[in-house]
Amino acid sequence: MHESHTAEHVHHELGFVRKYIFSTDHKIIGIQYMITAMAMAVVGGLLSMLMRYQLAWPQVLSPTLAKIFPISYSGGVMAPEFYISLVTMHGTLMVFFLFTAVLTGGFGNFLIPLQIGARDMAFPFLNALSYWVFLLSCIVIFSALFVTSGAPMGGWTAYAPLSAVPSAAPGQATGMTLWITAIALFSVSGLMGGLNYITTILTMRTRGLSMMRLPLTQWSLLITAILGLLAFPVLLGAGILLMFDRLGGTSFFVPAGIIMGQVPIDHAGGHPLLWQHLFWFFGHPEVYIVVLPAMGMASDILSTFCRKPIFSYRMMVYSMVAISVLSFVVWGHHMFVSGMNPFLGSVFTLTTLLIAVPSAVKTFNWLGTMWGARIRFTAAGLFAIGFVSMFVSGGLSGIFLGTSAADIQLQDTYFVVAHFHLVMAIAPLFAAFAGLYFWFPKMFGRFMNPLLGKIHFWFTFIGAYCVFFPMHIIGVGGQMRRIYDPTQYMFLVPQQPVNVFITISAFILGAAQLIFLVNFFVSIFAGKRATERNPWHATTLEWTAPSPPGHGNFGEELPTVYRWPFDFSVPGEKEDFIPQDVPATVTARH
Amino acid sequence: MPVLTDDRRIGTVPPPIPPGDNGGNGPSEYGSSFPISKGQIGVWILLTAVVMLFAGLSSAYIVLRGVPAWQNIELPSLLWPNTAILLLSSVAIDLARRAIRRRDAQSMKRWLIAGLVLGVAFLLGQVAAWRQLVNAGVYLPSTLQSSFFYILSGLHGVHLLGGVIALVWVLVAALENKITVFNYERLKLCALYWHVMDAIWIYLFGMLLLS
Amino acid sequence: MADGTGPGRFTLSGIVLAGLIVILIVASLYFFIAQPYWFPILASEHGARIDSLFMAVLVVSGIAFVLVQGALGFFVARYGENGRERAAYWHDNPKAEAILLIITAVILTVLVFMGQRVWASIYFSDAPTDATIVEITGEQFLWNFHYAGPDGQFGRTDSKLITSTNNIGLDRDDPAAKDDIVSIGNMHAPVNKPVRVRLRSKDVIHSFFLPNFRVKQDAVPGMGIEVWFTPTKAGPFEVACAELCGLGHYRMKAALTIDESQEKFNQWLEEAAKQ
Repeated sequence: MHESHTAEHVHHELGFVRKYIFSTDHKIIGIQYMITAMAMAVVGGLLSMLMRYQLAWPQVLSPTLAKIFPISYSGGVMAPEFYISLVTMHGTLMVFFLFTAVLTGGFGNFLIPLQIGARDMAFPFLNALSYWVFLLSCIVIFSALFVTSGAPMGGWTAYAPLSAVPSAAPGQATGMTLWITAIALFSVSGLMGGLNYITTILTMRTRGLSMMRLPLTQWSLLITAILGLLAFPVLLGAGILLMFDRLGGTSFFVPAGIIMGQVPIDHAGGHPLLWQHLFWFFGHPEVYIVVLPAMGMASDILSTFCRKPIFSYRMMVYSMVAISVLSFVVWGHHMFVSGMNPFLGSVFTLTTLLIAVPSAVKTFNWLGTMWGARIRFTAAGLFAIGFVSMFVSGGLSGIFLGTSAADIQLQDTYFVVAHFHLVMAIAPLFAAFAGLYFWFPKMFGRFMNPLLGKIHFWFTFIGAYCVFFPMHIIGVGGQMRRIYDPTQYMFLVPQQPVNVFITISAFILGAAQLIFLVNFFVSIFAGKRATERNPWHATTLEWTAPSPPGHGNFGEELPTVYRWPFDFSVPGEKEDFIPQDVPATVTARH
Repeated sequence: MPVLTDDRRIGTVPPPIPPGDNGGNGPSEYGSSFPISKGQIGVWILLTAVVMLFAGLSSAYIVLRGVPAWQNIELPSLLWPNTAILLLSSVAIDLARRAIRRRDAQSMKRWLIAGLVLGVAFLLGQVAAWRQLVNAGVYLPSTLQSSFFYILSGLHGVHLLGGVIALVWVLVAALENKITVFNYERLKLCALYWHVMDAIWIYLFGMLLLS
Repeated sequence: MADGTGPGRFTLSGIVLAGLIVILIVASLYFFIAQPYWFPILASEHGARIDSLFMAVLVVSGIAFVLVQGALGFFVARYGENGRERAAYWHDNPKAEAILLIITAVILTVLVFMGQRVWASIYFSDAPTDATIVEITGEQFLWNFHYAGPDGQFGRTDSKLITSTNNIGLDRDDPAAKDDIVSIGNMHAPVNKPVRVRLRSKDVIHSFFLPNFRVKQDAVPGMGIEVWFTPTKAGPFEVACAELCGLGHYRMKAALTIDESQEKFNQWLEEAAKQ
């Protein structure tokens, strides 16, 4: 007889605050991450709506906006520095505070112990701490929007010397300092989280759950956490050096002899390209930190709604490993025209096109999963399929950009904007939506409204393509990034109708997300109750727990795993799925 | 014909395992027979992050070393005895670990106190080294190498302070006789952290000297 | 029991999604083939090589796009659930995987080599000696164009000499600088003759972008970076900044005029020198 773990948990009922606010329970922490990230997404999204409005109608007076933002719209027209702040804050909020947070912090926290058959994370207190540091970083970055000297203007990439010299632009004083501080706090939070994810997945898997029986979601979260471990500290180091350049008079990134306005800036021999190398050494793995969990989740959800095993599980794992390793040797493809040694340009072209190979393998495998499937078109299933389409579109445009000579014309144009939005924003967004619709019953014990979910999908799928596909076109036409008014250039004026089309599509796309938000929050309280534990007939361990799982997740005894998570449509079996914790009575025939 | 691979082997049931989580050491209710404990993995992960931080900063150092405006500074003389003190503190902690392994709790406590004293002495010594440099008129923004010196030694010091706090925690547990030959993982992990901090300091000092 | 060889069901969702994908494919084919909006008019020699490279990548990725999205559309239309039959259970085919992987790798390797040839022709070849040389200094928010003048020597510049009337800090006491021309926002070069550009920056990173000439190079403070190109068309063109440099980034433009002949260019230089 072994001691029951539930005995440990039948203690005094925790008060509301300890249970739902300062909880160390991974499920609560995961949901806290998700909701905080959603709030940041709403802010980031609104910022982009303002940007798109400006791009479509650059010189049109907007009295309404002037009333809401009197300083930034003085004279009825958006101030140029406000536009650049919007660009900076939109990118920063979305990349870090939405995507990295929701995918690794939100889904990682909620799913890891549940899918590996554990009761909680390895270090629950540290886990809670990681959320509160994350929340602090959110508060700091949000406050950067309201600084009187202006919100930061360096772009999310914060190139020096623009970011290193406070007088380089309005907003590069306090605003930029807050930006660096927020990113530093975020990095620390991410490292604390990653420490938990790696330790938990490695040491706390339940009986029978070997590594090659893990769902792809878990593999992706493990690999992503390792990537973060290796990449974020470099960003932190670069941020420390940048902060000292700004406030301490050091000259890591600022060369001698520069003059801002008419004022000479006293520095001694730093190198602006050093910032780019350090930033992108982090920055490129960061985009895979965003997309890998998306790939993992989309793969598992796709398989579930295709009622068919994922095609070539082994190669899916190996390709994720290959992508992660290669992600550390491709960073220079962001710097082809930066002034770095052209020989490096050749090297990075080679490595960049090399990293396309494992991504292609994964794409073939998703297609292979759908071939001969029996697809259930739930909202989650639709978003998982949509993920594949978006990732293919975005991935192919990467080939143009990875070829250094072609990149000369396309660098810093909307072609790049189209590429990274499709692969790093829209595809992961689709995967995140798939995950939210899929795991909602497990998180809250209720369903989201399925009809609204499907409507949300159709609008988002069409809207996303209408917004981002035309950006390839205007990028080819030469429209530069971060430009407040494209009509200043004669060669861009003929393309302006495309900008208007994109903006209107963006408004519709943005509005459609309200359908999701309403559905999500209302369903938490009033959605149809999920009475069965496994409504989607999935195979992974979280579906053996109650909806929502209580503290300790699995009741008295932890599940034992006997098989991989992809026994769908096994010939000769009564059901078209076999959960992982079902022992063998019949061996599958081939 | 599809291949039946290991991961699909159905029906294998692992052997029975002890109840509870075994202090996070190996097989437990969680069924995992992962050979390394939670605590060890946690500390190795933390150390990886710290190493990467210094690796990134080192690469910045190496790149800027080649810039024409680079100027070497004279490193404060206190760094030499400081380094020795740090090494000695690490030795002391390791001796504490060895002591408890032979069930000598008294020696362990003495060596832990010695390690703590030496560790704090190192930190104070670093502050004094900074003072030395300031008195020589070399400040943070003076040259590229001085900037790196202050920042690298400062960051190392901050991380070592974390190690000191951990050491205090271990020492308190030791004084309360909670650390035994069957349960000294805390001490092991603390020693690991100190040794790596040691190695990082030797590396940084060497890099600064060799310029 | 069926094993996936039976018909799947055509579902409404599947067909609508497939339809959308067809629209996507047709629309993208239209835009990339009919090119209602396309690259700015080509006006340089090496630019033709860049455009060809782009077309090569476009063909390859276009075919991949049509095939992959098309397959996706076909599968979602064809393999809807019908409540009775099972999906196919196969989930590995090492041979097919290997073939697809190798084909992908080979195609990408070919693209790498094609791209490298173009890259090398731009960056690893020296500019011809009879090039027109311009030193370009970017600053917040304009471009300064510095010509050596008839003596062919560039006057010394020093950042300490920069004033509001002397943007690039030209040392007017330097004999070589007596005939130098500094033009703000206005660049000229003769057609069919190589132009060597030396890029510098006074403050932050800017990027010298000539959309018609397929030229883009960051101007980094503390660095002097050289690129060269040969204009093949005469006429007025625009210069843009392609790296975020502050609030005026959007208006950091200049005019580039390619003169029909060396004489016209020299004329312009003379007039500019008088100012």
